[in-house]
Amino acid sequence: MEFIMAIVIGLLFMAAVYLILSRSLLKIILGTGLLSHGAHLLILTMGGLGGSSPPVLAEGVTDLADPLPQALILTAIVISFGVTAFILVLAYRTYAVHNTDNMNLMKGDDEHD
Amino acid sequence: MKSNDVILQTATKVVFFIIFIFSIHIFFAGHYAPGGGFVGGLLTTGALVLLLLAFDLETVQKALPFNFTIVTGIGLLLSLGTAAGSIFFNVPFFTHAFDHFDLPLFGDTSLHTAMIFDAGVYLVVVGAALTIIQTIGGDS
Amino acid sequence: MEFVLLIFLPVIASLFVPILFSKLKGIHTGWFVLLVPFFLFVYYSGFLKMTSTGGHALSKIDWIPSLGISFVSYIDGLSLLFTLLITGIGSLVVLYSIFYLDKERERLNHFYVYLLIFMSAMLGVVQSDNIISLYLFWELTSISSFLLIGYWNTRERSRLGALKSMMITVFGGLMMLGGFVLLGIMGNTFSIRELIANVSSFSDHGLFVLALVLILLGAFTKSAQFPFHIWLPDAMEAPTPVSAYLHSATMVKAGLYLVARFTPIFATSEVWVWTVTGIGLLTLFWGSFFAVKQTDLKAILAFSTISQLGLIMSLLGAASVAYHTDETIFKLAAFAAIFHLVNHAVFKGSLFMVAGIVDHETGTRDIRKLGGLMSIMPISFTIAFIGSMSMAGLPPFGGFLSKEMFLDAMLALQHFDQFNFSTLGILLPIVAWVASVFTFVYSFYFVFKTFTGRKREDDLPRTPHEAPVGMLVSPSILAVLVIAIFFIPNVVGKWLVKPAVIAIQPNLYSSPADVNVTVTAWHGFDYPALWLTVAIIAIGSVLFFTLAKWQKLYAIQPEYLSLNSFYDSLMTFSEKGTNRLSRFYMTGLIRTYLLYMFGAISVMTIATLFMKNAFVVNMNSFSEVSLYGVLTAIILLVAVAMVLLAKTRLAAIIALGAVGYSVALFFVIFKAPDLALTQLVIETVSVALFLLAFQHLPSLNSHGEKKRTKLVNAIIAGSVGIMVTLIALSAHSQKLIPSISNYYKETVATKAGGGNIVNVILVDYRGFDTLFEIAVLSIAGIAVLGMIRLRLAKKERSDEIK
Repeated sequence: MEFIMAIVIGLLFMAAVYLILSRSLLKIILGTGLLSHGAHLLILTMGGLGGSSPPVLAEGVTDLADPLPQALILTAIVISFGVTAFILVLAYRTYAVHNTDNMNLMKGDDEHD
Repeated sequence: MKSNDVILQTATKVVFFIIFIFSIHIFFAGHYAPGGGFVGGLLTTGALVLLLLAFDLETVQKALPFNFTIVTGIGLLLSLGTAAGSIFFNVPFFTHAFDHFDLPLFGDTSLHTAMIFDAGVYLVVVGAALTIIQTIGGDS
Repeated sequence: MEFVLLIFLPVIASLFVPILFSKLKGIHTGWFVLLVPFFLFVYYSGFLKMTSTGGHALSKIDWIPSLGISFVSYIDGLSLLFTLLITGIGSLVVLYSIFYLDKERERLNHFYVYLLIFMSAMLGVVQSDNIISLYLFWELTSISSFLLIGYWNTRERSRLGALKSMMITVFGGLMMLGGFVLLGIMGNTFSIRELIANVSSFSDHGLFVLALVLILLGAFTKSAQFPFHIWLPDAMEAPTPVSAYLHSATMVKAGLYLVARFTPIFATSEVWVWTVTGIGLLTLFWGSFFAVKQTDLKAILAFSTISQLGLIMSLLGAASVAYHTDETIFKLAAFAAIFHLVNHAVFKGSLFMVAGIVDHETGTRDIRKLGGLMSIMPISFTIAFIGSMSMAGLPPFGGFLSKEMFLDAMLALQHFDQFNFSTLGILLPIVAWVASVFTFVYSFYFVFKTFTGRKREDDLPRTPHEAPVGMLVSPSILAVLVIAIFFIPNVVGKWLVKPAVIAIQPNLYSSPADVNVTVTAWHGFDYPALWLTVAIIAIGSVLFFTLAKWQKLYAIQPEYLSLNSFYDSLMTFSEKGTNRLSRFYMTGLIRTYLLYMFGAISVMTIATLFMKNAFVVNMNSFSEVSLYGVLTAIILLVAVAMVLLAKTRLAAIIALGAVGYSVALFFVIFKAPDLALTQLVIETVSVALFLLAFQHLPSLNSHGEKKRTKLVNAIIAGSVGIMVTLIALSAHSQKLIPSISNYYKETVATKAGGGNIVNVILVDYRGFDTLFEIAVLSIAGIAVLGMIRLRLAKKERSDEIK
């Protein structure tokens, strides 16, 4: 399963980076969203996908999934929510102020370095 | 965003409370079963977002007159205070304490300072998420 | 008490300066500041008794013990002499500045803060035994000097002068740091005393000479030695108290201190002897020769300072010759160096203060407009006369004594028969003598052109009159000292000079009493230095009286051949060059920078993985492929493809939501209920967020990206994807260290009293992470609030400014 996951994650990153490199603001936001999904799955896969039951103590259960990546990802999910919201607002404010979403037109000139 | 979907509004009034109570349950269950401050806080946020979608910003603001920025602040202080409180008992920062109590009505309950910390997390999640959503929704 | 802490006293005192300045407007802030150097002067004077018998005191606080870096105050004769100069002259300068700087018009709060920072830094330089902390204080003197030169920051010349001094001294400081690090590596310690003790173990090391040269670069730039002296004349844009303090009495002597302090380490090297003596003499000549060209009073003094620093430097070079020969004259050289250093600090301080007085009272420092001030400003004239005559080396003033010793030492150098001195050595006394003639000329030029001759009151911006009494106190004290030194040279020798000499030549003496030097003014008619002095007076007088005829010769040197224009073109060239370079790769486009980053990360990671044989795939550790997993993977990839190919905003947002939900499904499959719950709710809230912001969002427009751009993007994206896949596989396949997860699993019930390990990690084991995470979340919330709600208020304010 890890092999398949590794390829899925690679494709997720690929799509994310491709979108981030584009000129359109909205695509960049979409790209960052995909990037965080990819990162979460990457952490989970690196830790291993084995374990037959959730990492919650219960009678007679020994084969627990690895709790550490899960804790890291939980933190990351909430942070990525905050970051996505931040970028979203940053982007649409930029769009409103500059009247463009073309990244090529947003480079500073000599007076606004 | 003025919404007049009567079916949605009626359903929401019921569903909101179900989700909200479920979120409180999930928050308290967190230490022993899946759940906790993050999930609880997010579920409460989800419930409030549902309210926002069914009614509109002003109505929700009138029904729940909280300033969510302050809720965030309270949550942060609560978490930090729990962590810092341990200093006064001459143990390192962030040392938690727990014990079992035999309470009437609840029976054998384990009380935990981590729970207070988690409550702070809950408040911050609700506060920050709602601040973001209200601000974006209110922007025209 | 650890007296090393006293080094920081001025800096701590500087914290109160702004408060005193704003709260007690009626009292000049300088009066409070004066207490600091005065107290320190009295305190450190208490060490005199100890050092006069050859003792030393040590006080230490650790800074970075693991690297052997500490603050050590090591007080022996040499550092005490400098300490007393810093605090003593410091007190007089602060006193002088109280009358020089107007309390209503000047920004005294800035001025005294800078001055106190400088005082701490300078004390640190001369007292530190640890070369790393010495370097720290050294750079701090450069920075505070920069701030003080640029004190009148509305004047362009001040700013340029400040920048120039900073460029040159910090360049030297960095070279010196290199030298220190090399010394630290060779000697295996950062302590100067220990380095001196083990010097024989590393003096034949291959890097020894490199360290020597680097450290000398630091000393030469700081002490304004040729060709780095060009910053000092421009530093004269500083207020005069600063020039008197930093740029004649203390900071520029830091280089001399450094050379004196490191003499026991480097004196055995031929390069050291030649460089220190040679550069010193060259600077002596150059400074004295060009001093006569100047027309600004302070510029004359600046070049004179350069030349006098060169003189002391050459004496230190001669003093290190004592490591190679037994002739007593070279032992004398160290005494002469320190003795002249004291003399110079005293007379040059008074001269600078008089120049400041003249500037203050007449409104100009241009010597061509000045003249005949003697009758108007008799006290100032007397002080200037005493200072100048001492500088020219005439009796009965302190400068005469040290000047004769200097000529003596230079005469002796031609007989020294090592290191080719026997062939080239004859040049040394000649250069020294010619420079002394010019010294004589500019000393007379300074005092007599200003104070005698025709009165030209019409040319002066202000009607001149004698300075207020308070302003005359400090230079008068110094002038009295100049005369006193002539009559009691051996008292000065016993208490100040000899204890310092044993630090320069520790191998020759064990206590200051062994330094067998008695200074006398009269040696008899067969004393060669006497006849040199007589010749200096004779030729110097002739040159002075014919000055008007030959001063024009200076105009022959074209401006573009000067060292200053070389410095200027170097600055312009490097600025333009670096600008062009950075413009070449800094395109201003975010995409370019992201391409650099993604490209570099993926190439470096993939290369490292294969070069270090770190790419391992262990099929056995993989878990079973589940049907649900494969199905979810397909759903996820389809959703990703939809995001990529979406034509409308709405479709793209929904597709992104679908990706999120399928990730949540993965969490369910891989036994992560907390994550699944969180992901589901977050995805719902996120989609709601996107829809709320929908009306504000731009459309999905590719803005006419060319095929080639897209191809490059795709290649970089592909390489990042491959990198991530490789990392995921190798990280999973090899576990170099056991996971801490097992510890969590075992202790969660007993130590943390919980059952849900993920939640317990969040709130207990790794509570710190969670605390910072909710802080980040709050910041994101406040930032969103700020960007939307607060923008109106901000817009109005910026309109107001316009």
